[in-house]
Amino acid sequence: MTGSTIIFYLLAALTLVSGIISVSTRQIFRAAISLLFSLIGIAGLYFWLNYQFIAAVQIVVYVGGIVVLIIFSIFLTQQAGEKLSKQKVSRKIFSVLAVFCGFALSVVQIYQHVFYVTPEQAVDVNVLNIGKKMLSANEEGYALPFEIVSMLLLAALIGCIVIAMREKPTPTTEVIPDELKEETE
Amino acid sequence: MEPGLYHILFISAALFFIGVYGFFTRRNLITMLMSIELILNSVNLNFIAFNKYLWPNKMDGLFFTIFIIAIAAAEAAVAIAIIINLYRSHKSIDVENAEELKY
Repeated sequence: MTGSTIIFYLLAALTLVSGIISVSTRQIFRAAISLLFSLIGIAGLYFWLNYQFIAAVQIVVYVGGIVVLIIFSIFLTQQAGEKLSKQKVSRKIFSVLAVFCGFALSVVQIYQHVFYVTPEQAVDVNVLNIGKKMLSANEEGYALPFEIVSMLLLAALIGCIVIAMREKPTPTTEVIPDELKEETE
Repeated sequence: MEPGLYHILFISAALFFIGVYGFFTRRNLITMLMSIELILNSVNLNFIAFNKYLWPNKMDGLFFTIFIIAIAAAEAAVAIAIIINLYRSHKSIDVENAEELKY
């Protein structure tokens, strides 16, 4: 057991245990905090795999952005101290059964499959190579998906504003006839 | 035993099915969104592991992960806008209370 192996198992345990707490606790705020630790564990796994850029993006976008957004929406929509409603036992049992069957099936498939490793020389995944490849417009580059994702982000931004905008109370344009007006007064 | 590709694929499968379990059992829209985030993260972990162990001469898995993270951020923002709008009209964000889509 080297130090690297121990760190790997610690990160895996952190990710899975906080993931399980996040889907099973009945207090929604506790679920959000467990999700935070699960995402931090995944970022640690990216660091362990030597993909520092992805780990940094994971921490910035997920931990710093999405979890904070979820916590704010919990504050906006939940009453303090209120627990989530209890689920039916039959639904829980059938969910556990379905999930366990799917998990067993995929794990058996994974361990039976033999993966082939490419014999070519490994490329260094530093920020310089990532940036060059992302912004190059030749057939190996990713300039087109980059532009499409930026359009998608713009559309999502405008869509969020439009959806969450409070509608103004529309001024009543209908003309009230005189006799009705006297009645209402 | 030195951890390798199979270990990471095991973690990723476990995380995916934890997310699926949460999606089955939860009835609150925010917690369902959290389960979806877990599922997306397990997919990202898969892409990175394949890129690292099987095709280290390319960077395709890494770029897929970057784009999935960007799209997941947009998706979470739109979903939370919808949830807040739903809460304003229904005073509740359970899926049982959100049967009709319009109004």
